[in-house]
Amino acid sequence: MTFPDGTHALDDVSFGIRRGEFVTVVGPSGCGKSTLLRIASGLATQSAGSCTIDRESIGYVFQDATLLPWRTVRRNVELLGELHEMPAADLQGKVADAIELVGLKGHEDKYPKQLSGGMKMRCSLARSLVMKPSVFLFDEPFGALDEITRERLNDELLSLFRHENFAGLFITHSIAEAVFLSTRVLVMSARPGKIIDDIPIPFAYPRVHDIRYSPEFAEISGRISHGLKEAHS
Amino acid sequence: MTEPAAPAPVAAAPSRSDSVVTRLLPPLGMLAAVLAVWYFISYVIMNENRRRVALPAPHTVLNDGFFTWDERKGLRPILDSMLTTGRVALTGLVIATILGMLAAIAMNRAKWIESAIFPYAVLIQTLPILALVPIIKIWFGAGLFSRTIACVLIAIFPIIVNTLFGLKSAERAHHDLFTLHGASQTTRLTKLELPGALPAIFTGLRIAAGGCVIGAIVGDFFFRQGAIGIGRVIDNYQKDNRAAELFAAAIVSSLFGIVIFVVFGTVANRVLRNWHESARGEM
Repeated sequence: MTFPDGTHALDDVSFGIRRGEFVTVVGPSGCGKSTLLRIASGLATQSAGSCTIDRESIGYVFQDATLLPWRTVRRNVELLGELHEMPAADLQGKVADAIELVGLKGHEDKYPKQLSGGMKMRCSLARSLVMKPSVFLFDEPFGALDEITRERLNDELLSLFRHENFAGLFITHSIAEAVFLSTRVLVMSARPGKIIDDIPIPFAYPRVHDIRYSPEFAEISGRISHGLKEAHS
Repeated sequence: MTEPAAPAPVAAAPSRSDSVVTRLLPPLGMLAAVLAVWYFISYVIMNENRRRVALPAPHTVLNDGFFTWDERKGLRPILDSMLTTGRVALTGLVIATILGMLAAIAMNRAKWIESAIFPYAVLIQTLPILALVPIIKIWFGAGLFSRTIACVLIAIFPIIVNTLFGLKSAERAHHDLFTLHGASQTTRLTKLELPGALPAIFTGLRIAAGGCVIGAIVGDFFFRQGAIGIGRVIDNYQKDNRAAELFAAAIVSSLFGIVIFVVFGTVANRVLRNWHESARGEM
């Protein structure tokens, strides 16, 4: 991927994701991780190569929750259904389900400014879940949250993944988050981003909190960390 | 402030009344001081029968200007003419709001429209309205319509600029979200850009409303056909040395400006209070 200004953001990146796979990309800042997602979602067009994806059914979770501040939780979760002109009766049920699934029941009539960071992210997830996407793209969604909230949302995201069986492409700076969530971790080098390591994660789902403290987890984290260090030098 | 003036429960009374006193004391004290200076100037400096007409005492203004009700003097002609002027100002504001918002929406949609319109919007803003009066008179006569046009010319720029700024303030990530889900330009406008622009639009409305009041009063002076507006009444009273009523008319026209300002502030607060930082529970 080369931008018109000559920035060479991505180079030789090639992988596929199936339903039921959760692939996480870790890499240094500015390595082109976000560009990768923008290409995958169709927000940007690659300068060379190809990208095949079911664009009709993408869920995209942004770095910020990107809720519309003038809408309540319920109205925010309704948004994508409205944009796709989903029948109102149909939408109501799906919205209620999605709100329940992310644990925001009882908060439907609150405005975003009344929500904590974690609740905003849950609302953002619910908004995408309404569309029952077969592909979920996550652009460092939990980066701004504190560690405790982040781990809880990791747990909840995994249960959503098990429940919905989508194909996940997740971007993060956090090695622990990558290992905990994924079936596979891709390590990217600094710009122009290349995939320099491709690590299958052997833990079975459902994953419990404590696998973070197992020797195997530490070993995989170490391998990723080494890869990133080399990528920097 | 929405706190009731009625006495609060005894336990809470001291702090509550303390805060009311400390809040009300400075402005009331200031008012008393101004009235004292006013009486002093009126009675001591403007000595009897010579120049009192330049500053009638406050109670004279109240008696002659507010507590007299007659076809041709006192409060009635002032209120009648204020109504005319108010109607002109509001008509001008509505027209300026519709035209200004449509212009801003078009400018937001296409860069070339923005570069085509923007310099002329600035030009309208910088033209001194008094210099345009003769031209408006030639084209549209000296009636109410010309007064309305003066209001529109004053009010349209703040509406355009603030609406455009508001429409452009939508975040990139929000635009991405709408793009991902195939939103049309119109959907983007109605569900993203316009609601997001509301705080800025209200700011523009408030500025424009103040401008419209001034424009309508200025229009009264120069476009003298049709119903008499407050500006004309002020002009007449000044020529006829009816100082007390002149003061009353000036006070009524300022009160009208204040009412407009408060009304728009309250509406903006109501609409925005749930989500926007500028609106809080109080005025």
